[in-house]
Amino acid sequence: MFNYGFFNFDSKAELLDKAIEYWNPGKTKFWQDAGIDLVIDRREGYFLYDMSGRRLIDLHLNGGTYNFGHRNPELVATLKSALDYFDMGNHWFPSVARAAFAEKLVKTAPGMKYAIFGAGGAEAVEIALKTARYATKRRKIVSIIKGYHGHSGLSVATGDDRFSKIFLADRPEEFVQVPFNDIDALERALRGRDVAAFIIETIPATYGFPMPNDGYLKACQELCRRYGTLYIADEVQTGLMRTGMMWGWQSYGLEPDMFVTGKGLGGGIYPISACVVTEKCGGWLHEDGAAHISTSGGSELGCVVGHQVIDILQRPEVISNVHFVADFFHRSLNQMMAAHSDVFVGIRQRGVILGLEFDHPEGAVAVSRALYENGVWAIFSSLDKRVLQFKPGVLLDVATCQEIVDRMEAAMPRVRALLRSPRRAA
Amino acid sequence: MQMQLHEDAPRLVVPDRAEATARMKIDRAGWAVRSYARFDRAAVMRVTRAVAEAAHKAAQEYAEWAVRETGMGVVEHKRLKNELSAHPLVDFYENTDLVNPRVDAGRKMVEIPKPAGVVLALTPATNPVSTLYYKAILALLSRNAVIFSPHPLARACCAHAAARLEAAAVAAGAPAGLIQCIEEPSVPLVQALMASPKVQVILATGGGPMVRAAYSSGNPAIGVGPGNAPVYVDPTADQTLAAQRIVDSKAFDNSVLCTNESVLISLAENANRLERGLRAAGAHILSEPEVGKLRAWLFPHGHLNTAAVGKSAVWIAQQAGLRVVPSTRVLIAPVAQVGLDEPLTREKLCPVLAWATAETFERATGMAQMILRMTGAGHSAAIHCEDPQKAMDFAAALSVYRVVVNAPCSQGAAGFATHLAPSFMIGTGYFGRSSVGENIGPQHLVHWTRLAWNSDASVQMGDFGAVRAPFEGQAPAPRPAPAPAAAPLAEAGGMDRDMLRQLILQELRELTRGQS
Ligand SMILES: Cc1ncc(COP(=O)(O)O)c(C=O)c1O
Repeated sequence: MFNYGFFNFDSKAELLDKAIEYWNPGKTKFWQDAGIDLVIDRREGYFLYDMSGRRLIDLHLNGGTYNFGHRNPELVATLKSALDYFDMGNHWFPSVARAAFAEKLVKTAPGMKYAIFGAGGAEAVEIALKTARYATKRRKIVSIIKGYHGHSGLSVATGDDRFSKIFLADRPEEFVQVPFNDIDALERALRGRDVAAFIIETIPATYGFPMPNDGYLKACQELCRRYGTLYIADEVQTGLMRTGMMWGWQSYGLEPDMFVTGKGLGGGIYPISACVVTEKCGGWLHEDGAAHISTSGGSELGCVVGHQVIDILQRPEVISNVHFVADFFHRSLNQMMAAHSDVFVGIRQRGVILGLEFDHPEGAVAVSRALYENGVWAIFSSLDKRVLQFKPGVLLDVATCQEIVDRMEAAMPRVRALLRSPRRAA
Repeated sequence: MQMQLHEDAPRLVVPDRAEATARMKIDRAGWAVRSYARFDRAAVMRVTRAVAEAAHKAAQEYAEWAVRETGMGVVEHKRLKNELSAHPLVDFYENTDLVNPRVDAGRKMVEIPKPAGVVLALTPATNPVSTLYYKAILALLSRNAVIFSPHPLARACCAHAAARLEAAAVAAGAPAGLIQCIEEPSVPLVQALMASPKVQVILATGGGPMVRAAYSSGNPAIGVGPGNAPVYVDPTADQTLAAQRIVDSKAFDNSVLCTNESVLISLAENANRLERGLRAAGAHILSEPEVGKLRAWLFPHGHLNTAAVGKSAVWIAQQAGLRVVPSTRVLIAPVAQVGLDEPLTREKLCPVLAWATAETFERATGMAQMILRMTGAGHSAAIHCEDPQKAMDFAAALSVYRVVVNAPCSQGAAGFATHLAPSFMIGTGYFGRSSVGENIGPQHLVHWTRLAWNSDASVQMGDFGAVRAPFEGQAPAPRPAPAPAAAPLAEAGGMDRDMLRQLILQELRELTRGQS
């Protein structure tokens, strides 16, 4: 019996049936078919526990949401403390938590002026795109093919067909896509001087973290400047020290007009996101500050947590730890690749953002499954299933990192077996 | 005013940042030591020497700072202690190899040194920077990482000194994070850290309760108990020399070393000769009423007045209402009894020496043991005599693990005027509720993995001459973070070059795939 006080289940099987019946049959069945029967129960640090009690090391982190691990004690204490005094707050009014957090956030980003809050990444992207349209009085938005910016109205239209067409939300006349790392294609798209914004993940996550070519992002930014288009950096997965610096764009020497952050900003315990903009872009905040409204956007509880998240990330110990973790995986994964070069064929890395390439169209699906069977949870890239997203947290310690590598090594024979089997991985 | 204070108090409770950050330091140390533990001996000695040099150069600066910050001790003596804890300490262990495996073909055994890992080191207010230097060098010699938790009274000089040593280590090729210091030490914080499963060993120097807490933490600990050294001057000794050494020792850094003489014992027959020597060396011998005044000031309600710790004899005399000449170096208080009934025979950590006289050598030895029974067991004692039998009998009878002979005890027991290991951790062993009874050295921070062959003569061990040692030498430092926009050159040397290499590799692989 799984008694959670508020509700209870006889077994994991009963839970799965209920999830299919009342929640989401498609998602529930997808994972069952993929051989990943995970129902996350208890969680602590970088460990997840399935309802069966089995422990998994979390290398998915929901795209950096659990950058600090699950239920980081300092963040949990922060939220509890905030709950003794605040609630979500009233979005109509200025508030101490919002002002303090906005200041803290803006000060991490030279050149930026205002932080506009939302509750999720897509909402922050939405704010960025609306802001661009306001500032340029242009309508068109350019993004990259296989970019990913969320699933709300404007944001989903920037992304892959798979997610927009199904809801008739694709709008090809306003939303143009160009191939990643193709600077000429971008120039062709911007040349008409009718594009409000170019939005790009600093390293495209859902695409499997392909690395931008040398100078590519800078060239994109220059093209934007030349054609009066605003450059929006989507930092939902690349921000918050994951590249080794606070913001991924800083590590590429960029000066975006706006950037978007979410996921880990709320420490995995309270949803909050932000679109951070320059003075030039922030005009609508003067003209009609209530032009974008969100009851739960910039919740004061989230602001207190976010404030502490930034505070933690600025500590020298954390910065140093990120470098150690990045360096550890750089070395050990290269060694591992050398030993398994028949299947493991490439490593994309910047800081603790890694994409591991496997020599099979669905290679990462098999690896994800084999790792799961060996106690590690890492997800394949939805938009390039050759690539495993490998996302270690910024606070990982030596012992856990070593264990990850050992478990990965142990999973390799299983990877080969899955790739050889006629049924493939999933 | 009261109201104002209340209104300014934080409305939200901020979680303990000091503890969260300290835990991150422990993880960081774990990373640093992972790499440092693979250094070969040459690299270890290079790092250690570089740190010793940085320590030596800053010896005066931190001597002044420590005295300023704590109000204890004497600058020139602190400088000397700092200097001794730099190069001479490394010299002492120059030939103690804690890095290379030992091969013993005769016993068919190979021993591989394994560093402890993360060392949590407490440093006292009395010898803050010298202890920090000493523990840092011990950690480096044994390929460990160290995190300091300084006594709050000396936290600024310690934090600064630790940062300086760390910088020197990094400049010499060590990984960052090998030498760290907690900025905001407090008792609850230290207790929390001592219990961390990621700390491999605690080096506890400090008050008794802190040492006991270290042993209660659940982690391996090396803690040393308090001292209270009795010193016996035998009639066979050169009384003038003995007196000079004792006064020098007591005046050294105003007696803050736990090895300093606490109670002088002589026989009635040499009392006069000794007294002349003591006076000549700069001691003020107190009259009976003066002893009363001093006792009242130094031990109000029977407890040591901590304001006296590390202060000069003249200052203490003034506070106690005694008149002494300005050149007075030590106050000597003749006492009729020793042990529990005479507080002046307890540990004082200031230039006050109790003086008891006995009729016989045996009685003197008994007195010394009585003093140690009260406090100071396992620590140090001293004897001045020319009779080896008496030295032997004295040492055999006492519950201490070192007896300094014909030398100042402050320096002698700490290895600076004897051939004992130079140390700011005087192991007080089982007598003093400690795990180690000798002066602590780097060898205590290493355990050995022993490969032991079948002892049967028919089983051969094989030739270890050509076997690779289990280290990589100095590992390259972790790659720097991608540099900010302002420094494009550094960026080219950072991640991007690796990325480029990856791309080339990838291209190569694709090329070869095409051919097959
Ligand atoms: C790069 C990027 N942008 C935006 C989003 C959307 O964030 P959310 O799911 O919080 O709306 C995601 C989510 O995965 C993302 O990875």
